[in-house]
Amino acid sequence: MVDLHFLANPARFRRFSQRVLPSLGFATALMLAVGFYMAFFVAPADYQQGDTVRIMFLHVPAAWLSMAGYALLAGLGASLLVWRHPLAALMARAAAPVGASFAAVCLLTGSLWGRPMWGTYWVWDARLTSMLLLFFLYLGHIALSRAYDSPERGDRASAILALVGVINLPIIKFSVDWWNTLHQPASITRLDAPAIHNSILVPLLWMAVSLLMLFVLLVLLRTETEIDRRRLENAEAAA
Amino acid sequence: MNGFTTLLMRDLRLVLRRPGDVGVVLAFFVVATVLFPLGIGPETNVLARIAAGVLWCAALFAALLSLDRLFAADYEDGTLDLLLLAPWPLELAALAKCAAHWIVTGLPLSLLAPVLGIAFGLDGPSPLALGVTLLVGTPTLSLIGGLAAALTLGARKSGALLALLALPLCVPTLIFGAGAIEALAAGEGIVTHVAILAALALVALATTPWAIAAALRQAGE
Amino acid sequence: MVPPLLEVTGLACRRGGRLVFDRVSFGLGAGELLALTGRNGSGKTSLLRALAGLTPPEAGTVSWRGVDVAKDPETWRGRLAWLGHLEGLKGDLTVIENLLIAERLRGGEAGDRLDGALLAFDLNALAAREVRTLSAGQRRRTALARIALSQAPLWLLDEPLNALDAPAQAAFRTALQSHLAAGGLAIAATHAELGVEGRSLELGPTLSSTSPPPGGEEG
Repeated sequence: MVDLHFLANPARFRRFSQRVLPSLGFATALMLAVGFYMAFFVAPADYQQGDTVRIMFLHVPAAWLSMAGYALLAGLGASLLVWRHPLAALMARAAAPVGASFAAVCLLTGSLWGRPMWGTYWVWDARLTSMLLLFFLYLGHIALSRAYDSPERGDRASAILALVGVINLPIIKFSVDWWNTLHQPASITRLDAPAIHNSILVPLLWMAVSLLMLFVLLVLLRTETEIDRRRLENAEAAA
Repeated sequence: MNGFTTLLMRDLRLVLRRPGDVGVVLAFFVVATVLFPLGIGPETNVLARIAAGVLWCAALFAALLSLDRLFAADYEDGTLDLLLLAPWPLELAALAKCAAHWIVTGLPLSLLAPVLGIAFGLDGPSPLALGVTLLVGTPTLSLIGGLAAALTLGARKSGALLALLALPLCVPTLIFGAGAIEALAAGEGIVTHVAILAALALVALATTPWAIAAALRQAGE
Repeated sequence: MVPPLLEVTGLACRRGGRLVFDRVSFGLGAGELLALTGRNGSGKTSLLRALAGLTPPEAGTVSWRGVDVAKDPETWRGRLAWLGHLEGLKGDLTVIENLLIAERLRGGEAGDRLDGALLAFDLNALAAREVRTLSAGQRRRTALARIALSQAPLWLLDEPLNALDAPAQAAFRTALQSHLAAGGLAIAATHAELGVEGRSLELGPTLSSTSPPPGGEEG
């Protein structure tokens, strides 16, 4: 006999998300359209980097969001381990690939930026290297959460991993920075948010907010899928 | 004798019953490092420059290779249940298992690495310094690897997954371990590096036993 | 009316979204045996694991002398002797080493009791053999000797008679009877008749207890 009590929270979530999703989707599309317009046509080209600087409007928010995404995973992990919140596990499952994708976008745009600026697609820049390691942490989380026959075990194992990962992330960042200063000549142009001027700052923040909305939208959509999937699996297990 | 020492001695005794298992890990370490001169060429100045990095990476892989069975053996024969049901903290049991792992892998690797370092053309105080950094750094690898082993207990394809989980977390130790020898070559001391390695080991010591215990508990459910 | 030593109320356990058992209640007093029966998959093992605290229950409490055991799990674990369907023995260690180490991990020291446990399960001839060289029945006997050695007040046994021949079954009965006679408690999941006087609790898929639920008044 399947007791659906544990889905009470997810069911409430679903009612909430179904009310919110359509308008959120519309707003996100609008925000992104305006954001891209500003990034491509309104913001000035950099005197040094030229139009290449426009990659920053995607690259920098992607970096922020992938880091925030890992913090979200850790928060969801704590919520699962401490309060055994069933929705947290499903949302972590939904959020991890989204965060990994944002990290991948960050890496990809970074290497596209690097081609004209550094003359090569990859340089062991401290930020890029840290982001690569964050991407690996995401991959580990995703792989671990799907490595068990019983999905609950995957949920809890990856929750523990996310908590340990979030403690280690600053340490990794610090060591990579240290390593980078030892091995890199300082003269190189750093892949970095360029000198902040309002004509750049406004589109950058606008894109950050739009991409945050996209992040939330994707996580909510994927959480719905995860709820359905878990419900099906449980029904199969009970049959 | 309390639970911690009992468990530590038990694991060491189990290793003594099958010394070949440790031998294989050490042999892997030697063979893996010897491949580099064969692949890169025997120029001593090139080899000496990459020696610390190669030996540190090989030590990391060797340690991970042997971690697969750390908790799996106990999980399969039911002794893990006895640890879960022992009337003392599971965190101590996790620590005892990692300590036993370090004694049979991290310690011999640290002793072996200076010899290989000489073969790579390290000279002066460098081989000794390499041994010291490994001695201080490998406990972290045993602890982080132990966590990865506990997390992947009973998972499909646990060996490769274990490496995927543990390697990014081991990066700081690798950076400061290998970096120490480079600092030495640049005429700086290794004290800062060793101090940071020790700090990393302390952070691992303070956090991983709890995480391992939590992972083992959920594996026992 | 004295409450029973061990009291289980409204215990429920969930695995993979499915309730394995629900509203299990019983009391057990000193010297009492409870046999858990039921078909495969009816939750006997899950109930034993929940009682031991290996699996957090979905609902319900287990209390010992009126105190919820979840409040002090370490002390509770010290009161248990556990035999799962895995023996919990190291194949590369001898019978004696396994028994001594298991007892030390429980925080005890076997001392003189070791000889008695070996004798009770006819293990003297095997004492110095490595466990991996033993037959399934001989391993089971070693595991039972570990339980008998433990002096724990509550034995939790999962299919203790598995793989045992007639003399070994008799040895187990004797050990169990003397444990009960000394005021110990035992809960055993079993398919076969244990052959020792005790109560039984049948776990079923729907858990409509056909037998009246054993209540606290019997303790």
